[in-house]
Parts: sequence; C-alpha cells; structure tokens
Amino acid sequence: MTSGTLVAQITDYANRADPYPLYAELRGTPVRREDDGSYLVSTYYEVRSLANDPRLSNDTGNRPAGYARPGQPAPESGLPPSFIFTDPPVHDRLRDTINRPFGPPHSPRFLDGLRGELAKTVTELLDAFEGKDQVDIVEDFSYPLPVTAICRVLGVPREDEPRFHVWADALASSIDPHSGEDGGPEKAQRARQDMGAYLIDLIETKRRHPGPGILSALAPDMTPADLEATAVLLLVAGHETTVNAISNTTLTLLRHPDLLQRFQKEPELAVPLIEEVLRYEPPVQFVPWTTALADIDIAGTTIPKGSPVWLMLAAANRDPKRFQDPDRFDPDRKDNEHLGFYTGIHYCFGAPLARIELHLAVPELFRRVKFSGLLEDPPPYRANAVLRGPRHLPVAIEGLTA
Amino acid sequence: MSADTDVEVLRRQGRIVVVGASLAGLRAAETLRDQGFTGSLTMIGDEPYEPYDRPPLSKQALLGRARPEDTALPRRRDIDAEWRLGVAAAGLDRDAKLVRLANGDTVPYDRLLIATGTRARPWFHPEEAALDGVFVLRTRDDSARLHRKLAGAVSRVLVIGAGFTGSEVASACRELGLDVTVAERGPAPLVGALGGVIGAVADRLQRKKGVDLRCGISVTALEGDEVGRLRRAHLSDGSAIDVDVAVVSLGAMRNTEWLAGSGVAAGPRGIACDAGCRVFDVNGIVTDDIYAAGDVARSPHPLFDYQFLALEHWGNAVEQAEIAAHNMICAGPDRRPHLWLPMFWSSQFGVNIKSVGVPSLGDQLVVAQGALAEERFVAVYGYRGRVIAAASFDGAKWLGFYEQQIAAGAPFPPEYRTVDRRTETLHPIDPAFPDPHLPTHGATVTLTGHSPSERRVAFVPAHA
Ligand SMILES: Cc1cc2nc3c(=O)[nH]c(=O)nc-3n(C[C@H](O)[C@H](O)[C@H](O)COP(=O)(O)OP(=O)(O)OC[C@H]3O[C@@H](n4cnc5c(N)ncnc54)[C@H](O)[C@@H]3O)c2cc1C
Ligand code: HEM
Repeated sequence: MTSGTLVAQITDYANRADPYPLYAELRGTPVRREDDGSYLVSTYYEVRSLANDPRLSNDTGNRPAGYARPGQPAPESGLPPSFIFTDPPVHDRLRDTINRPFGPPHSPRFLDGLRGELAKTVTELLDAFEGKDQVDIVEDFSYPLPVTAICRVLGVPREDEPRFHVWADALASSIDPHSGEDGGPEKAQRARQDMGAYLIDLIETKRRHPGPGILSALAPDMTPADLEATAVLLLVAGHETTVNAISNTTLTLLRHPDLLQRFQKEPELAVPLIEEVLRYEPPVQFVPWTTALADIDIAGTTIPKGSPVWLMLAAANRDPKRFQDPDRFDPDRKDNEHLGFYTGIHYCFGAPLARIELHLAVPELFRRVKFSGLLEDPPPYRANAVLRGPRHLPVAIEGLTA
Repeated sequence: MSADTDVEVLRRQGRIVVVGASLAGLRAAETLRDQGFTGSLTMIGDEPYEPYDRPPLSKQALLGRARPEDTALPRRRDIDAEWRLGVAAAGLDRDAKLVRLANGDTVPYDRLLIATGTRARPWFHPEEAALDGVFVLRTRDDSARLHRKLAGAVSRVLVIGAGFTGSEVASACRELGLDVTVAERGPAPLVGALGGVIGAVADRLQRKKGVDLRCGISVTALEGDEVGRLRRAHLSDGSAIDVDVAVVSLGAMRNTEWLAGSGVAAGPRGIACDAGCRVFDVNGIVTDDIYAAGDVARSPHPLFDYQFLALEHWGNAVEQAEIAAHNMICAGPDRRPHLWLPMFWSSQFGVNIKSVGVPSLGDQLVVAQGALAEERFVAVYGYRGRVIAAASFDGAKWLGFYEQQIAAGAPFPPEYRTVDRRTETLHPIDPAFPDPHLPTHGATVTLTGHSPSERRVAFVPAHA
C-alpha cells in the first residue's frame, strides 16, 4: 500500500461503519507522512503529547499557502475565527470569558440548573415511543436533546429552537475535511449567514433586555462578532457530537446484550459505560486542523515546521500500548483516560454539559424501553468522517414503562 | 536459603512496620497489599487521626469550603493493618530490629518504612510562640484552630514568611475579607522556590489583591497583652503593627530526631536513602531492611548531578511511597529506582501556580510563553545550557511538555516557536535566587549535597 491511500480510505464513505481496521494499520506507523505533506498521528502517547505541545497550533492561518485552512473565515467576511481555531493568548482570554457564566469557579451551578428542563425533554421524547414497535433512535431520541441543551445554554427563546435544528445540521457537515456529498459547503455557508443574522438580533435584544443564558451574561464583555462566532461554535461543537454519543451508546449496548442486561440491574454502571463509549466509539474521530509551528521530533520522525497535523483520537483510543485488549468494549476498564474529549488547552469546553445530557438520556432510555434488537447492523452512517455517527438507528422495541 | 525464597517468605508472613501514618505511609501500605504482601502490617502515627490530606488545609479549609475533618485521604483499597495512632515512635534499634514507642511498647519488624514527614518550624521565641493568636499550619488541628480564629472578629492577620504556605494563607485571608500584612525576609514572595523574577510577579499579585506586603523585613518580636493575647508585632525596620493573629510560615523541619543514635543517616536535612528508597547508615552503607519515603527522605537524582534531593511535594510522597513499598518486598533485580521529576502546585490569589524540575538550580530564565505582566506565563529555567525546570502561572497544561524537555536534557534557551510566544528572540536573564545560605521561608525543593550522611565518619586506615 502506498502512503496517502490510507487517508483516502479513512475518509471514504465505504469504511464509515468500521474504520477501526484502518486505524490499526495506521498505528503501524505512529507518525505518518501523507503525500501532501500532512502528518497523521495515531498512537496514544504521541497524540497526547502533541495535543499538549506548545509547538502545535489550532490556528490554521499558520499553514503555508496551498493547504486547506479550516476555521478561518474569509477575510472579506470581517468575522473573527471561533476560539477553537485560535491559540493563546486570544484562545485563553475568550475561553475564560465564556466560561465565566458557564462553569466553575464563577458559575458552578449553571449547568445543574438546566437538568430539570433537559430531563423533561427526555421524558417527552420517550413518551412518544408509546404504541410503537419500531423507532429510529437518532431521529426520535438522540437528535432533539443536544440542540435544546445548547439553546438553553445560549438563552434562545423556545419558539426559535426549530431553526437551530436546521442550522445545526447544515453546519456540522462543514467540519468534514472532505465534505461535498452532503451538499456541503454552500449549504453550510448559507446556514452560517442566516444564523449570524439571527444571532446579531438576539444579542442586541439580550443586551437591552437581559434574560437567562450565557449570551445575556456575555453581551457586556464581548464584541457582537466574537459572541456570534462563539454561539455558532457551541452549536457546531455541541450538537452532532452529543447526538453521536447517545446513538453510539445505544448501538454499542444493543451489540452487547450481556452488558445491556447488567446495566438494567446496575444503573450505576452508567458512568464507566459512557466513558467507555467515548473511548471505543468516540464521536469526534480525529482533529484534522492542527499545524506544527516548529520542527517537532516525535516517535523517530521529524514533523517539519508548517505541516498540517491530524491527531487521530479514535486510533489512539484503541492503542494496545495504552489500553489492554483495546477492541473489547469493557466498562470495567480501570484508569480509562480516553481522548474522546481531547486533552490540553482545547479539551472539550462542553464536556460537563455533554456528560449531563448523556447521563439524563442513556439510563432513562434503557430503564423505560424494552428493546428487542437492532433492525439494521451496521446502521447507515452520516457522510462526515470526523463527527462520525449513524444517520439512522432503527430498532425494534417491545414496550415502554412509565 | 536463597535470597528469592527469603523474599517469598517475607511477602507471605513478614512483618512490615510503617512509621508515619500520613500520605506516604498510607500509599505505601496500599501498594504493599496491592502487590500481594500478606504478612502483618503495623501503622504507627503520632497524630490521633487516620491519614488525611494536607494541601486543602491552607486552601479550602481556611475558607470553610472543606472542614478539616473532611480531608481524610481517599482509600484506594483495604490495607488490613494494625493501627497504632496517637503514639510516637521514639527510637529505633537496628540490631534487635524493633521500633520503640513513646509509651514504652516495642514493635518488631522485618522491613521498616520511615515516613515521618516534616513539621512546621515554630516561632523561634517559645514564650511568644505560646501567645494566644500565634499559629503554625501543618496539621488538621492547626487548620481547624486557625479557621475558627479567622471566622471570629479579627482586625489584622500577620503572615510571617511568604513561601507557598504563607502566601496561600494570605490569599485565604483576603478572600475572607480580612486585612493582612505579610512580612518576608527575602526580596519577594516565593523567591526561595522560584527566584526573584517570578517573585516580583507574586509580589504584584499580592499587592493587587490588597495584601500589605513588606519584603526585606523580618519580624523581631511578638508582643502580647496582660492576658497573653497577641496584640502587636515588631519589625526589623523599627516599626510595629497591631495584629491579633500571626501565622508563622517559616518552612518545615524534618521529623528525624527520634532516629538519633540509631545509626541511620538521619539529620536536619532528612534521611538519606538510595534511589531505591533504602536508607543509608552513617557510614554511607545502604541498609536492606529500612526504607524511607515522602517529605522526610532525600535521595540522589541523576538529572540533578546525583545530588540528594529533598522534596516537600505531594506527588513525590505518593510516588516514592509506591516505589519504596515495591522494593521492600522484591528481590534485587526487580527493584525500581525513584526518579520522579519534582512537580509542585499551589493556588493563591486566584492563580494556579505550578512548577516542574528544580527551579532553584537554574542559572538562567526565559519567559517562553505568555507574559509576566499578565500573570499568565510559562518561565523556563536553564542550567548550564539545558532545560532544568519550568514554572507557570495559569499555564499548568503546558508543563507536561516542559517536563519532557527536562527529562530529555533539551538545550536552553528553547529557541523554537510556540503558541503564545511574545518575542522573536528569547533573552535569558538571571532568575535571581537569593543566596541559599540566607535563611528565608525555605524552598520546597532542596538540593542537599552529595554525601548520604551528615555525620563525618572518621577515616582510620587499617594497619598492615
Ligand atoms: C498546609 C499545607 C499545604 C500544602 N500544599 C501543597 C500543595 O499545594 N502542593 C503540594 O505538592 N504539596 C503541598 N503540601 C505538601 C504535602 O502535603 C506533603 O508533601 C505531604 O504531606 C508529605 O507526606 P508525608 O507522608 O511524607 O509526610 P507528612 O504528611 O508530614 O506525614 C508524616 C506523618 O508522620 C507523623 N510522625 C512524625 N514523627 C513521628 C513519630 N516519631 N512517630 C510517629 N509518627 C510520626 C506526623 O505527625 C505525620 O502525621 C502542603 C503541605 C501543607 C502542610
Ligand atoms: C459527547 C459529546 C462531545 C464530544 C465527544 C466532544 C469532543 C470534543 C473534542 C474532541 C474537542 C477538541 C477539538 C479540537 O480542539 O480541535 C472538543 C472541543 C470543544 N467542544 Fe466538545 N465534545 C462534545 C460535546 C460538546 C458540547 C455539548 C459542547 C458545547 C456546549 C462542546 C463544545 C466544545 C468547544 C467550544 C470546544 C473547543 C474548545 C477549545 O478550543 O478550547 N462540546 N470537543
């Protein structure tokens, strides 16, 4: 196999349902140069080390001409990049500011305060299963909750929520380095513009009439453009990822009936179970937008300054040097420091929210629904190779308890 | 009987005694059981409590966010030990292989672990130290007493010594809304540990947060009222301030006195042991049945010219305890060296401070990321052209990288580009450590020289 074909295979839709053999092959060369000069890093310790390396940048503006620069708004748009695509000090300043109304130490109770409403959403979604013998877990369960969660975080009025569902969809596909199949870039750009226009209005309203949610709290401290970029980021980063996490958990449990049974008897298994899903089927498979600011010697290879670097989280999460029997789904694993939420300064900002959503949704799903099995295995997947997850997850169900 | 069967017998039915029932002692005991030691285990501790954690005592506990009695160390597993709490070990008889307790009991051992840690250096004048309102901070009881006092009507707190503990206490006081004066003999807070350049940042931070900071000043006397309550402190510049609380934070003293005369290499700088945690005797011969770990131990480190390092770091106590426990019940070839890279953290005035390596060894410093003026940076210390340490203010996530640089002996200064580097070229400057012979609050990493023993052994040539 010549180098370069592996990336094509990983992004090839035909391998979406099971990319793990390709990742295993990739780990054979922990730091692998592609023909276009990008580097793929696939082993646990190397990925972890690079994610914490100050010589690696998330600002794709550092890439030499000729390489894709995801996350960089067109200069004529006048928009700033969202903080995921920035380096310190800008990154830290923005992230600290945005965290102030969101999490500890300033707002340790903000997310907890959302639990009640989110639990209600879960209940309503499950109530609608009544009388059905077949549901699509993605459409009918995983999909609606994360958008609701982000709308509550931002403080979007309920009646506007449906529009966010549409935008979330269109924007997620823009994360894919080889998008196109989904109607990709144009659709995403239009959604981005519509959402931008909506947000500018909403931010202005919030500035004059503060209400719940972080936009109100942040309006006095941030420029409208930064705030808009942040709102879009939270939607893009927090929607499909969480949808995939819920769907992947359901899929994985239905593939392991023994564990499903155990989970129904031991609800406290939820914590290690969900963490193991984030290792075993991570919703963000890889981070393809980092760039080396200097020559970096790692695992016997020198990544030259300016190279695009892809950190392959899903491959690292199954590195046998770090995880015993890595292809086994094992919630009893000790010391499960997976990279599903990444590590370092760009560690998932929404991880506490994602965990709250997962812990509200998953145990309740398996408590109330009696499953008879998957109707399609593997299920059909979305085109996206980065935010990988099922497009539909049809399952047969036998009943619903209150 | 071969050494291997000895080890087997020891693992099955040996007697292991741990003196010092705190962080290092507990983690060692857990490791012993984890690794299959089924013999008898005795934990001797002079404090009346089961092992608890100290870092919160100068942080959350003073703010009332954690009660001192809630700081019990989480247990990793059951250790099935006999606990002898509230009684001190008073002596060691190496020939009889037993520990003598203060109540006259003796406890025999096959293997002994010494983890007696340190205690707070008391105020030098005993009568003044006894005044109501004068505190040190090392134990759970110290913290509880201080917290109670601070929660009452206090007009001004004096912190004596601006090392990590003193600075944390001052920070907690400010958070509680109390007026604080900090007196530091050195030129800035934290200078012993991080040097004057970083000390100046800590200095600014303290003043910005409203601390009345007085550097280059020592406290000469504490004065009480007629009923023995602290009311005033006298300073070396001739001034005096009215205070009703003084927290003496002048560093730590190693708990080695109980070993006097035992023949092991124990003294004020700690107990010398080899990289495998085996204690040396005064002749520089390593023992095979006595081990040391935690704050009380000092051992040679290859990254620092094989000088003996004494580390008052939480992480070191854990790691060294695990290594000591492992080596105690292993045959020679299976033993592991304790090569932990020093790592320390502190939180004060809303900033997370962290260091790796041995900053005080540094002869040069660069600000590699961030900016001192923003109180958010990573400073890298060089020693003879290689990276020897790094310290960060709100930049802890980067220190893993610099830890690798230190371990690899990477060249200093680090010339490569990084995120958040503010200058095209880095200009190394003198980190400005005070003369190590001048007493200050004391650093938490100390290089203690090459000799395992502080006692001189007279060399008498054998006669032909
Ligand atoms: C207020 C405070 C804040 C701290 N904050 C930090 C921090 O932020 N970060 C960090 O890295 N480190 C911090 N430390 C340091 C850290 O707590 C120590 O490194 C750690 O406690 C060392 O554990 P040890 O078991 O070696 O010693 P110790 O915890 O000192 O335990 C020794 C034990 O032995 C007992 N003992 C002594 N002599 C005898 C005897 N003769 N017989 C029986 N028992 C005896 C002592 O009473 C004590 O219980 C802090 C320490 C203090 C006091
Ligand atoms: C299970 C669900 C989730 C997973 C697996 C996940 C995973 C990740 C990963 C791998 C990154 C690092 C990406 C990079 O640096 O390039 C990241 C960053 C981020 N995530 Fe999540 N995420 C999840 C849910 C959420 C949610 C619910 C939110 C929003 C509230 C969110 C917001 C963010 C943001 C803002 C960043 C950028 C952080 C930074 O650059 O500092 N995520 N996430």
